[in-house]
Amino acid sequence: MKDLVILGAGTAGTMMSNHLAKRLAKDWRIRIVDQRKIHHYQPGYLFIPFGTYKEEDIVKPIKKFIPERAELIQEGILKVDKDHDRIYLENGETLDYDVLIIATGTDIAPDEIDGMMGPHWHQSVFDFYTLEGAVKLHEKLETWEGGHLVVHITEMPIKCPVAPLEFAFLADAYFEQRKMRNKVKITFVTPMDGAFTKPVASAHLGHLLKDKGIEVVPNFNIMSLDGENKTIMDYEGKEVSYDLLVTVPTNKGADYVERSGLGDELNFIPTNKGTLQSNAKENIFVIGDATNLPASKAGSVAHFEGEILLENVIRFIEGKELMDEFDGHANCFIETGHGKALLIDFNYHHQPVSGTFPLPGVGPLNLLKESRMNHMGKMAFKWIYWNMLITGKHIPFVSAKMQEAGKNFEEETV
Amino acid sequence: METTIAGQTIDLNNEGYLTDIKQWTKEVAMHIAQEEGITLTDGHWPVIEYLQEQYRNEVPLSIRKVGKSGVVDIKQFYALFPGGPLKKASRIAGIPKPASCI
Repeated sequence: MKDLVILGAGTAGTMMSNHLAKRLAKDWRIRIVDQRKIHHYQPGYLFIPFGTYKEEDIVKPIKKFIPERAELIQEGILKVDKDHDRIYLENGETLDYDVLIIATGTDIAPDEIDGMMGPHWHQSVFDFYTLEGAVKLHEKLETWEGGHLVVHITEMPIKCPVAPLEFAFLADAYFEQRKMRNKVKITFVTPMDGAFTKPVASAHLGHLLKDKGIEVVPNFNIMSLDGENKTIMDYEGKEVSYDLLVTVPTNKGADYVERSGLGDELNFIPTNKGTLQSNAKENIFVIGDATNLPASKAGSVAHFEGEILLENVIRFIEGKELMDEFDGHANCFIETGHGKALLIDFNYHHQPVSGTFPLPGVGPLNLLKESRMNHMGKMAFKWIYWNMLITGKHIPFVSAKMQEAGKNFEEETV
Repeated sequence: METTIAGQTIDLNNEGYLTDIKQWTKEVAMHIAQEEGITLTDGHWPVIEYLQEQYRNEVPLSIRKVGKSGVVDIKQFYALFPGGPLKKASRIAGIPKPASCI
């Protein structure tokens, strides 16, 4: 009996367990480790603060999505001993493996910023990258009487890099619907040189912020937070005051990655960007947010990586050369408020441009353009997530590698 | 956009960043630094080399990552490249501007 172990039963890990259960030879045992009991539909976090989804709309038991063939081990991970192909669990048990897939994702680390944690956490300073943070923020918004809302990115990389912008757009619409937009000032604070950083997206979408009356404070690298005076400070002495701060804290990989000596400064794991094999050892593969790839940290990326990783795990087991094929493909809906959304499709080589998706020249979805259809696509995606994506079924018309037809790449040269 | 810096032909994008790191030389760096109002000293070069190495390894950069590199801390990084250290240092190092996906 040979052993394959998957660490993490989130989007990527659950999906891989389903892929592998169908493809691995019978003499392989599949085990998947995650101490949590509940699978969160993470794209849903964004909608909780505004009451569009409630907590119960975006959770299901992890167990329900793990195939019968795989054993789910609900225990914390202490460390991976890569030299001996062994995992130490927090309860003292060990798991030996022939092939390891790491899919433990990323989490927020608010304590990386001086002063961010304190009595003000989830009182006047909120995150929406956890279910708890999103739910607490909803309670706050329901009773908030207005003031200065600051939407803030601590540093890159973060999971779902467009989510903070979506939050600002949805907040604008939310306060408008509640007839209190005139009582709320919205500011978007980012360490980058603008809310949009890619030239084509900037040209198409730059007007959105102005139209919605959202101010942007660029090049702001937060040094510390003063909860009492409700102020954030950057390294150059710039200050922004807030009444309500919605921040995306530093994102880091799991702690056991650091204890195992497998990660970089932020516990992301150096990984080959085409094959998804770790740089650390040939029998360790990495997928999803846990990697250090120059791709977005997003469920769609994990989904596209999945098809290539499956192929490469099989090839590795058969002693064949790995496919160097992952192209960094990402596909994301971006909510812009008032029942509209954008869609972007891009990879390592191409920035998001306009065009049609998924059928070239036909659509029905338009890229880099606001539409109601895109919003419907985003809302329909929840069903696709639970029923197709994490269960490892192919999504029609959507390929792992980015399709080049139907996209206006000439925009990139302008 | 093609331009000539220190006698060499250099390709720049519309924000003034090199589009091909192979065209980078120390003279080009000194010229771009001057445009940014920075005179390069012994303290700048290790930072520039670190950024280029990270770029070649395709590691996404952030201010805090540079601060944890052991090459400079964040305060020193700001002191060397005032007013947007990562943006300016990247331009001087001949690598792309730090960006998000959109």
